[in-house]
Amino acid sequence: MRKSLTLDLGTGSFVLLGFAALFFLTTQTTSRGISFASPPHYDLTAKFDNIGDLKVGAPVSMSGVEMGRVTKIAFDWKEYKAAVTMRIDARFNQIPTDSDASVYTQGLLGGKFIGLTPGGAETYLKDKDQIGFTQSAFVLENLIGQFAANFMKGGGQSDSGKSKTDAPAAAEPKSTEKSK
Amino acid sequence: MKLIRELWESMTESLAGLGSVVRFLLRLVAASPRALLRLDLISQQIYNAGALSLVIIMLSGLFVGMVLGLQGFQLLQRFGSEDSLGTAATIGLVKELGPVVTALLFAGRAGTALASELGLMRATDQLSAMEMMAVDPIQRVVVPRFLGGVIAMPLLAAIFSVVGVYGAQLVGVQIMGVDAGSFWSQMRAAVGLRDINEGIVKSCVFGVACSLIAVYEGYYATPTAEGVGRATTRTVVTSAVFTLFLDYLITAAFL
Repeated sequence: MRKSLTLDLGTGSFVLLGFAALFFLTTQTTSRGISFASPPHYDLTAKFDNIGDLKVGAPVSMSGVEMGRVTKIAFDWKEYKAAVTMRIDARFNQIPTDSDASVYTQGLLGGKFIGLTPGGAETYLKDKDQIGFTQSAFVLENLIGQFAANFMKGGGQSDSGKSKTDAPAAAEPKSTEKSK
Repeated sequence: MKLIRELWESMTESLAGLGSVVRFLLRLVAASPRALLRLDLISQQIYNAGALSLVIIMLSGLFVGMVLGLQGFQLLQRFGSEDSLGTAATIGLVKELGPVVTALLFAGRAGTALASELGLMRATDQLSAMEMMAVDPIQRVVVPRFLGGVIAMPLLAAIFSVVGVYGAQLVGVQIMGVDAGSFWSQMRAAVGLRDINEGIVKSCVFGVACSLIAVYEGYYATPTAEGVGRATTRTVVTSAVFTLFLDYLITAAFL
């Protein structure tokens, strides 16, 4: 009797643990997650021309301190902009109304996050408020395009001159190798 | 000429072996419905194969996850994208390392126990005695062990993956200083249900393969001390090879 009880307990707890692990994998590590009771918070929105590859769940921070997360990304058909909803922790309830929201990149190739820069207003943002000043994501292709356009225009600039002098120097060793 | 004949014979022999394994599997499946009436036998085998393997599975999972966290951090740091550590570790664990390493450990821990137990039953004529008493040894002894292994294996793999994710989190977040929020949020953004499904399918298939090989080798072991030893060895070797082979097939199927 006693032996079968420990056996049943062992089997039962093993199976329970296994299913708990499966449940954890399907809900907590994936995007289809179920979020449990969230701490007190309020929502803010902001509209961006371009958010790059910002994802739902990306951090929202001010001066590097995380204050919340992106909860929804939608498209605004009136203004043709990306409408981002952020959930801010209720502890951070003194964000000035004229604050600025920008999309930044974590590291060189990391994911995007939203950085808030405080304004100088005496009034603070409340639930469902919209952040007026936004700055789009830094898109590498656009930057390269701009750089290329500048490069074409300014032929006599120091940048292009430098690369011109570099090019023959790099090519020379190869040609000597070939002649050998 | 002789070489060719030997080669031919060994080929037909291994083909016949494969055939008899498949026939054995069909016999097990046919006997399963009746064996399901004795749930207490199955639950005891789940305990033997699963609950008793829990410590080794959790310890291995923890260390595999910690190594992933450390290696992944070192590599991702070069590109300044150590925030993707959670994604890298979780996908690696859920899709590959969880099912495969669990199957290898399962073959070593539970498979050998099954094979030697059945082999010893065969060697000491316990299986023949059951047949004499009109008890079907397949239904009474083999199927509960097989089903116990099949049920335990996916659960063990899931536990392995979860412990591994926490191991990676321990090293990445607590020791190396990756942001906990980025670790989890990037993981949630990148890991889909499809990845989890792949892991579950793999662990179920490996569970069937490893349990089948273990009970087959044990049931058909040569009834001597040496034969039982050889059956145990072959269980581990065959399980490992088949696990890795099936892993490739399922990975390719899910691409």
